[in-house]
Amino acid sequence: MAETVDQLFINLKQWLLGWLEWAPEWGVQLASIFINISGVLGVFLTLFALISLVERKVLARIQNRYGPNRVGPFGLFQPVADGIKMLIKEDIVPHRADKVVHFLAPIVMVAPAILALGVIPYGRDMTAFAIDGGILFFFAVGSAAELAVFMAGWGSNNKYSMLGAMRAIAQMVSYELPLILAAVPVVMAVGSLSPTLIVEAQGFGDSSTWGADAGFLGGLPHWFVFTPWGAAGFALFFIAALVESNRTPFDLPEGESELVAGFMTEYSGFKYAIFFMAEYFGMFAVSGMAVTLVLGGWQAPAAILQWVPSYFWFFLKLGAMGLTFIWIRGTLPRIRVDQVMNFTWKFMLPMSFACILAVAIWHYSGRGLVAWGISAAIIAIAYFLMSRVFQTKTRFAPRTYRYAE
Amino acid sequence: MNATLPHFLIISAALFSLGLLAALSRRTAIFILIGIEMMLAAANINFIAFWRMAPRMPEGADHSGVMFVIFAIAAAAAEAAVGLALVIAIFRHHRTTKVNEINQLKG
Amino acid sequence: MNIFALIIISVVVLAGALSAAFLPRLVHATLAVILTFVGVACMYFLLGAEFVGLVQIFVYVGAVAILIVFTILLTNPEEKSEGVNWLGILAAAAVFVGLAWAITNTALPGQVPEVEPLTVKQIGDTLMTDYVWPLMGIGLLLTAALIGALILVMEEKE
Repeated sequence: MAETVDQLFINLKQWLLGWLEWAPEWGVQLASIFINISGVLGVFLTLFALISLVERKVLARIQNRYGPNRVGPFGLFQPVADGIKMLIKEDIVPHRADKVVHFLAPIVMVAPAILALGVIPYGRDMTAFAIDGGILFFFAVGSAAELAVFMAGWGSNNKYSMLGAMRAIAQMVSYELPLILAAVPVVMAVGSLSPTLIVEAQGFGDSSTWGADAGFLGGLPHWFVFTPWGAAGFALFFIAALVESNRTPFDLPEGESELVAGFMTEYSGFKYAIFFMAEYFGMFAVSGMAVTLVLGGWQAPAAILQWVPSYFWFFLKLGAMGLTFIWIRGTLPRIRVDQVMNFTWKFMLPMSFACILAVAIWHYSGRGLVAWGISAAIIAIAYFLMSRVFQTKTRFAPRTYRYAE
Repeated sequence: MNATLPHFLIISAALFSLGLLAALSRRTAIFILIGIEMMLAAANINFIAFWRMAPRMPEGADHSGVMFVIFAIAAAAAEAAVGLALVIAIFRHHRTTKVNEINQLKG
Repeated sequence: MNIFALIIISVVVLAGALSAAFLPRLVHATLAVILTFVGVACMYFLLGAEFVGLVQIFVYVGAVAILIVFTILLTNPEEKSEGVNWLGILAAAAVFVGLAWAITNTALPGQVPEVEPLTVKQIGDTLMTDYVWPLMGIGLLLTAALIGALILVMEEKE
């Protein structure tokens, strides 16, 4: 019974493909791909509508006010109202803007985000494109999103857009490195770049690479986040994910008090909705990847809870990460651009190298309690060294006061 | 109908000559570098096409085509980075990137 | 391997390359070159070298293209279109004719052998056993390029 519910969507797809027995083989393949894509898009478009509402209400509650609560019960139809508003707004293109580049920028922004959603395993056997180098594919298309930011900034022919675009590209390129390097320890520990295998390696002791409790503390689930390098890697990946999606505290590119709306200034109506959607899809993709890499993907937290369908656990974890993103947005102030750059080059990059060293030592020390201790020591030493030795506080001159005469 | 080796080679030869055309018909130093990158990409297609279409040796797989391309892509990226850094350094000095105006050794 | 896929990909690649050579505005030409790179990556996928295709997108589209874009932003070249360079077209056509003649007059294998797909694990094994010295060498090269590029653009402290 639990098996049937778990494999519900797989069986649904096989039943749908059963209608196509008369078609040639490439037709069946195309139909299968089409069903995968529409499934992913359908789920994530609904989630996008939901999370835009949840974000506004949670932010509002953090700021001691109600969020949108007029349109429908508890404001549940607010995304519909937002959608209608975006669709009927007039689409203004600046007169001297580069029309082709200005038009293509939102499309080039949202396409990598949707592509990246395709390699994440959403449940047992439920990956849209199960390719061998899935993690590499994810990061490769993620790095193509920076081009869209440049196209938006350049195509608008506007100083604020250009400034916002340059800041955004500098930030995103610098934080690509910790993002990717934080995923490398997981790949090293599992020995494969395929997200399906990474999730299966965090399972309950029936994978051939793990002993029953190898390298983990007692009854904790075998997720990588409970190892020292996994926890540090998760922290690094999470911070880099915050930067990649241009969210507070790193939302200087769209700093509303300084740059109007950054590179999205000259976009109105549906194109702005596409940018908005691209930002949230990027957030989903990178949260989904974090869940896959370190939080155990679709695995249940305890062996007795495995009757709950696997996709339920995945979306629960994804929701928890999304809520954490929103929580951090409501709580922390914005960080200055030179502080952002200092942080990545002087702290996050050396810490990710320390994580890689830690996972290598963890693996070759037999993955037991001793290995856990040694790798935790390495990461702790690296952390204290980086944060104490590389202190980059600017030293201010003593204050002088001048009074009006 | 299957795509065979001569098809791939003709396409990579066309890409190579178009890269040469791009390098020759632009005055900006940046674009000459882009033309060089296109020519390198054409050569890499040649390597992969030969690796894929060559008859297989019985004593195990030979991955030298793929290896060469991986190293060639890395070397091309390094060369593009240094080349563009040079262009920026020259721009700071001469205030132009047109290669026909940077014709004096004296600064 | 279907010839339709090859035709579509090669149209994309060659159209991108042609536009990159002839478009008057530099930013448009850069976008055309990025399209060419993506097309070349698709050709690697068609030929069964998926890892190389992903590395191509990663390195070229994600890094080299951004470098080119930043250089254009920082140096702001003027966008005056000069006349068509007939000598350049002649040279490129001569190169193409020569290469095509050489290709059609060589005895090349006509059939496509069946291979199992190349996994990343095999590439990793080969890199670490047979090609470990080139791997160290390329690491050294990349470090040298990184340091060199930084020194070239660093402002001199007066």
